[in-house]
Amino acid sequence: MNGNLNLWLVALFPFAGFLLNGILGRRFPKWLVTAVALLTPLASFALVLNASRFVFAGSPELNALPYVETCPVGWIHAGALNIDFSFVLDQLSLVMLLVVTGVGFLIHIYSVGYMGHEEGYARYFSYLNLFLFFMTVLVLAGNALLMFVGWEGVGLASYLLIGFYFKKDSAANAGKKAFIVNRIGDFGFLIGMFLLLANFGTLTFSEIGARLAANPAWQGGVLTTIALCLLLGAAGKSAQLPLYIWLPDAMEGPTPVSALIHAATMVTAGVYLIARTHILFDHAPFALAVVAIVGAATALFAATIGLVQNDIKRVLAYSTISQLGYMFLGCGVAAYSAAIFHLMTHAFFKALLFLAAGSVIHSLGGEQDLRKMGGLRRKIPITFWTMTAAVFAIAGFFPFAGFFSKDAILYAAFLQGPGGRALWFVGLVTALLTSFYMFRLWYLTFLGESRSPEIHPHESPWSMLGPLVILALLSVGGGWIGIERFAAFLSPSTGVRAAESGGPHLELVLSVAAVAVAFAGWFIADLFYRQKPAQPAELAKALPVTYKVLSNKFYVDEIYGATVVKPLFGFSKYVLGWVVDTGLLGGLAWVLGGAALFAGAILQRWQSGNLRSYAAWLAAGAAAVLLFMLVPWASVWPLSADLIWKAARH
Amino acid sequence: MNLLSQGVPLSWYLLLSALLFSLGVLGFLIKRNLITVFMSIELMLNAVNLSFVTFAHQWHAVRGQIFVFFVMMVAAAEAAVGVAIIIAVFRARATLAVDRIDLMKL
Repeated sequence: MNGNLNLWLVALFPFAGFLLNGILGRRFPKWLVTAVALLTPLASFALVLNASRFVFAGSPELNALPYVETCPVGWIHAGALNIDFSFVLDQLSLVMLLVVTGVGFLIHIYSVGYMGHEEGYARYFSYLNLFLFFMTVLVLAGNALLMFVGWEGVGLASYLLIGFYFKKDSAANAGKKAFIVNRIGDFGFLIGMFLLLANFGTLTFSEIGARLAANPAWQGGVLTTIALCLLLGAAGKSAQLPLYIWLPDAMEGPTPVSALIHAATMVTAGVYLIARTHILFDHAPFALAVVAIVGAATALFAATIGLVQNDIKRVLAYSTISQLGYMFLGCGVAAYSAAIFHLMTHAFFKALLFLAAGSVIHSLGGEQDLRKMGGLRRKIPITFWTMTAAVFAIAGFFPFAGFFSKDAILYAAFLQGPGGRALWFVGLVTALLTSFYMFRLWYLTFLGESRSPEIHPHESPWSMLGPLVILALLSVGGGWIGIERFAAFLSPSTGVRAAESGGPHLELVLSVAAVAVAFAGWFIADLFYRQKPAQPAELAKALPVTYKVLSNKFYVDEIYGATVVKPLFGFSKYVLGWVVDTGLLGGLAWVLGGAALFAGAILQRWQSGNLRSYAAWLAAGAAAVLLFMLVPWASVWPLSADLIWKAARH
Repeated sequence: MNLLSQGVPLSWYLLLSALLFSLGVLGFLIKRNLITVFMSIELMLNAVNLSFVTFAHQWHAVRGQIFVFFVMMVAAAEAAVGVAIIIAVFRARATLAVDRIDLMKL
């Protein structure tokens, strides 16, 4: 390979799959669609594995990571501004790429079984491949603008896949909602890029990093503004407060899409953006604090909503928002490697949760309501065992993957002084809630007696179970590498973590606390949903207001509807629609048209079509010219023109 | 030896030319029959010819006379085309009244 990793092919393979299946898919036989859809991500994954082999082997050509690949044809060259199509492989993008293409490939396999009987099979896979293309562009991008291309592209793919069942109104609306809410975040990203250009004159991440490294005293000020703008973009894409509202609705899409885009990869792009631009955030402590607070608040907020949802996918959606909050919290306490570590383990266990939930839904013929499930443990044992691994991982039990990453984030938060301890406490409470609602889901789905005896569930095909098993293994063992080694590996791209003052004793105490709350959550769920099944209803009756607020998701959608959507609609309809469009623009067009008509009505009398009237006008014109030439006063005009000419020359 | 040298002043010729031209314009404007209109045009052309010849004689320049030949030639060609058009119009509309030939009217 001679140091040439052909990164561009990693992105281009899925794109080729998108083109093939998108254009010709309807004429292809089904096996060919499947082959194209599976082989292109597999090729990308193989390339990424090859690249990681070089990285881990310390190949001499690649000793100097980051490895940069630039397209010989430039993109934008205007004055001092140079923007190229450049792909950058460093430790950070390598981890992301492994997750994106690896988990992405597994979910492609799963989709073959899950979507096998659906209409639009080829369309589904072309969108999925398109998503992979844009996601790899986003991850590999060496400058903010190219990243933005991927950023918008995954938004497009997300929109297309949420609205995959476009004949259903709710799915089409959910797609639109996701797109529009994301626009708000994109606005922040764009403003951030403009500010970067104005202050650094470049959008290339490495150059920005170099400039900041050369000026260690440059803190706050415009950097804070830039970081906050980027945070707005990240919050939109990663469904953080206050822009999280699109993610629960995005569950209208097919379940593998929820697993790939709305759990494992796309929604973590915000975390990736912050990790990628972490040098900026390091120079803006205020923005960093905002990141931490937004993350902790989102984690707690979403977890409380997740407690009372009855749709299996919605529980997982709120859980995703909550876990993304953890990652933001990790970024906010400058523990970027811990955040990326959690991103990775979360990709494993949350993709597994969604896929297992999809397997449950599949086996029940489309039923998503937890209240109608139950007793599935014996009916679909493989799904049950894999889901169990994921539940234990997300709840944070030792030695499952989630324990290591969540623990690393909480530990890093705890070390950040009194404020950090408050954040740690919020994170710990969230961990309790997480454990509770995940075991609630587990009990309601798999244990007890079936609440819909008329349905006869069947285990899913092996194309679906295979990815489940692989992801289950990763959910169990994905964290064993440990945060120290992971952080050491990532440190060239995410910076070295601040020296830790806690010592091993403190770390052990915090770990025990984290596992203890996980057990507490399990115990409460066990009490509520196994020992005393009547308890939850009684509790809901005892706290009617709390239950109502929670089950209505804090009325956030309603509040946004009343404070943002309705005024905007009113403004658009009355001010823009009636006053500006109908009144001003319509009126102006009407006046112009009327003037033209009026002038035409007068002038058309000239065009009588009567030969003699034309002749009369001709004669009159000739007479006028004659008069002008013959009468002496008429010759004043050329004279005055002569005078003006002379005056102008002097 | 011709009339001009025997003392008929220049202005008389020019006045005659102007009179003929005005008659032509007047006929062109007020007559309805297409053939009469056509004849009025010929009258205007000949009035111009007369003034050309007059000036050519006055300034002893041959160019004016050459112009006259050109005008007569063009007039002959125009007469051929014009009469052909008039015949075509008459065949199509069965009338030669200019006021009735107004298909181009808005």
